[in-house]
Amino acid sequence: MKPDLRFDFIADMQKSTLTVRREFAAGRQLVWDCYTKAELLDKWYAPKPLTTKTQSMDFRDGGHWHFAMIDPEGTYYWSRTDYQTITPIEGYTAYDGFTDETGVVNPDMPRSHIRQAFTDLDGRTMVEMLVSYNSPEDLQKVIDMGMETGLASTLERLDELLVFLAGESV
Amino acid sequence: MDNHSIYLDSVFHALADPTRRAVVQRLVEGPAPVKELAAPFKMALPSFMKHISVLEQAGLIASQKQGRVRTCTLKPDQLEAAEKWFGDQRAIWASRFDNLDNLLTTLKGETNET
Repeated sequence: MKPDLRFDFIADMQKSTLTVRREFAAGRQLVWDCYTKAELLDKWYAPKPLTTKTQSMDFRDGGHWHFAMIDPEGTYYWSRTDYQTITPIEGYTAYDGFTDETGVVNPDMPRSHIRQAFTDLDGRTMVEMLVSYNSPEDLQKVIDMGMETGLASTLERLDELLVFLAGESV
Repeated sequence: MDNHSIYLDSVFHALADPTRRAVVQRLVEGPAPVKELAAPFKMALPSFMKHISVLEQAGLIASQKQGRVRTCTLKPDQLEAAEKWFGDQRAIWASRFDNLDNLLTTLKGETNET
């Protein structure tokens, strides 16, 4: 991350939400394109060292993006974003869920609701994403799945935990 | 392992309440007797004990009685799992955004966008 680009990551345990804000050194149309065109999403969406592969993209109200993130061992992790409402180039709302290769949503995994907003910021663009889960139980299920995949941890600093509980940036 | 899953089901429910969150925050500093934990809240002790009970059932705290004093201690495992998840999510998005910075730089070079 470039040091002068704002990045906020706020977890609200009370509301089971995440707010992620990030500033980009580019115009709003270009940033919008990167979020909404499959050929561009494929170039950035997966965190390193994973790569992204779009299976199908239909960017419209009621449409979807079905894609996989592929790890270096060649394992595919399938997801689907179902678009609800789209207002170019201001924002969109959607549901995110885990699927299989055919795009069928895993009924055992809670879906998260996404609200993306794109705003001009003096030649730059601010993207704000609000991720919400239906209930604390839904969020817990998602975390449990993270545990099952073998992600163990040790608590290193209690002051971080205090900040975390206060619902501030972690 | 089974007990672990049972605990995890109710951690977020337990932390959704401001009184219970305050108790956990206090216990991060170290163990404390129930009487001291209850002091900041304007509620009858039986009501407060219900909150303590929810936190115990969620596996977030443990309590031990010695004589007439019940002392509560934080059990950080469940919180760690939640904190780890949020930390992972933050790292995922940070990496994505780095990728996007690079892509935007490339695209701006192609289109000469200012």
